Amino acid sequence: MRWKTAELTGWGRVLSGTAELARPEKPAALSAILTDTPAPAIGAQRSYGDAAVNSDGRAIDMTRLDRFISFDMDTGILHAEAGCSITDMLDTFAPKGWMPAVMPGTGFATLGGCIAHDVHGKNHHKAGTFGQHVLEIELAGADGRTATVTPDSDPALFKATIGGLGQTGAILSAKIRMIPCSSRLIQVDERRAANLAEFMEMLKASNATYCVGWIDGTANGRSLGRGILEEAELTSSNMAPKLRKPRKVPFNAPKFALSPPTVRLFNRMYFNRIPKQGRGVLRSLKDFFFPLDKIHDWNKLYGKRGFHQFQCVLPDETAERTLRDMLRLIADAGLASPLAVLKRTGPGRAGPLSFPMEGFTLALDFPNSENARALVTQLNTLTADAGGRIYFAKDSLATAAQAHKMYPELADWQNTVEAADPQGVFKTDLVRRLKLRTPA
Amino acid sequence: MSQTWIILGAGSAMGRAFARKAATQGAHLVLAARDQDDLARTAADSLARGAASAAAVLFDVRKPESFAPIYDAAKANDGIINAAVFVGSMAPQADVDADPNTGDLTIQDSFTGPVNFLHGLAPIMEDRKGGTVLGIGSVAGDRGRIGNYTYGAAKAGFHTYLSGLRNRLNRSGGHVVTVKPGFVDTAMTWGIEGMFLVASPEQIADDLWTAHEKRKNTLYTPFFWRYIMAIIKAIPEPIFKKLSV
Repeated sequence: MRWKTAELTGWGRVLSGTAELARPEKPAALSAILTDTPAPAIGAQRSYGDAAVNSDGRAIDMTRLDRFISFDMDTGILHAEAGCSITDMLDTFAPKGWMPAVMPGTGFATLGGCIAHDVHGKNHHKAGTFGQHVLEIELAGADGRTATVTPDSDPALFKATIGGLGQTGAILSAKIRMIPCSSRLIQVDERRAANLAEFMEMLKASNATYCVGWIDGTANGRSLGRGILEEAELTSSNMAPKLRKPRKVPFNAPKFALSPPTVRLFNRMYFNRIPKQGRGVLRSLKDFFFPLDKIHDWNKLYGKRGFHQFQCVLPDETAERTLRDMLRLIADAGLASPLAVLKRTGPGRAGPLSFPMEGFTLALDFPNSENARALVTQLNTLTADAGGRIYFAKDSLATAAQAHKMYPELADWQNTVEAADPQGVFKTDLVRRLKLRTPA
Repeated sequence: MSQTWIILGAGSAMGRAFARKAATQGAHLVLAARDQDDLARTAADSLARGAASAAAVLFDVRKPESFAPIYDAAKANDGIINAAVFVGSMAPQADVDADPNTGDLTIQDSFTGPVNFLHGLAPIMEDRKGGTVLGIGSVAGDRGRIGNYTYGAAKAGFHTYLSGLRNRLNRSGGHVVTVKPGFVDTAMTWGIEGMFLVASPEQIADDLWTAHEKRKNTLYTPFFWRYIMAIIKAIPEPIFKKLSV
């Protein structure tokens, strides 16, 4: 196998590292690599920080192992290679009446990546995380041996692999249970929320299958926490969705593109676009689930400096107070970009390192700068103090102590991982930075 | 009319991308390559994506006895038979210089092997009165260059054969596209220095399908290689022989 010296970069383009990268196209080539030189497997490199970075080490790019192995039309059970993208699953199986039960915010994410981060979607409060729909995982361990892991065959290893950041081995393929999808269109109802208290009430009261809120990170005072609630249900319409060609950001955008006045103006227009009485629209599944995938390389909008995404989840007991503190800090700093999400989360999680907990999750992007780093550091501290968690798929600034505090099941996970990978061949920059494999 | 596509070299990145394209169009597929397990995966993938059928047949371009089962698998389907030929190998020129026998293998994999296969297939296509051959040549076949002229010569020979086959199949309603890809992002080019304007296998597969539908004679893919090669071909030999492009 030839190795290529490659720059591995998180989607936020702040953390990066040089690694020797292999990209096998056949299972036999992959198995030869894993036997001789086991290394962390990476997918579409859509995590924001350093989860898919292994500085001065090796990594295996799984994106060419992207075939569907079997699909059962009656049960919706799909067996696929780890490099399959969520978009590919949606495109191929939605016309046949099935779609992934949980879809993250980008369809470019791979099956392996969705398992390794136990991703959630706009239906978390109802459907739980991606990992809760995984039936079995074909895992190649540090010794090069391949095993099929199910919740029955090895419950600890199965759980440690879901949300396990690739530390138990390379995910080669997996079986997932998909859900019926009656059409390729979705009915979306949009309503304004005037402030944080109203927004949280609306989110709590919503019984929609898919529910997500856009939040204005620049609003302050009486409008603090205002936003737009989107509730959506699959329709039975048999209209074909409009196909739109994706556009590409060709170069790094200049700084003024996301300067505070631009963002404030944009956010005001974005908020006012929804009539006071609300409105209903019909969207294609892809437009609704992956709104940013239409703009390829949208991370370049933040310019060369890159950006940080902060995402936390807060338990119900502390959520309102903490969110208020956070949003005040954010609005006062004036650093937020328009991309900001407030969402209700349910209790669903599939592994000890899974992110969600019952409560609320807030996610915001900040163009990288010293002030932004200081702000995110403050937000991380508020999260830890409130008994919440930050999301490893997004993080670039948390500390090891915070990570250990936020994930109380870490010790159990470590036991399973040390047994599976005693030499630490699957360690990544993220794992080293947050000392995830170091006992407290 | 039902369409069958033989995909020779279905284990390659381009072969696999094209199999996907043909599968989504509902074609019958005959997938031929050396790695049985990998072929079975691609066959399963093709079926999930809408192929009418997908047969996996072991094939080694250096073993002519492996050709007949492919013809038989294609003939088992009614209707038009098409073929996309992705086989070939590119030994580094330095290896060929060190051991001339290595050059023989490149010529067999990229030229004489596929030619023999297509020559066996031609009467079957004539019988069915139609069908397209997509023959994957290379821009390297347009002019002999110091870096890979053995491979280039094999591809040039293949281009000439394809042109003759086009002439022949045209008489029975069939067609041949001579395909000249530039750099494609595959295992063959992974980690090689000096690659530029690299196209994805999916991009090539889309171009191949369009060329098949429009019955193009020669396809440079991506399109701009036509202009790059026009310049390379226009350099007078007295100058060209001193260059290392």
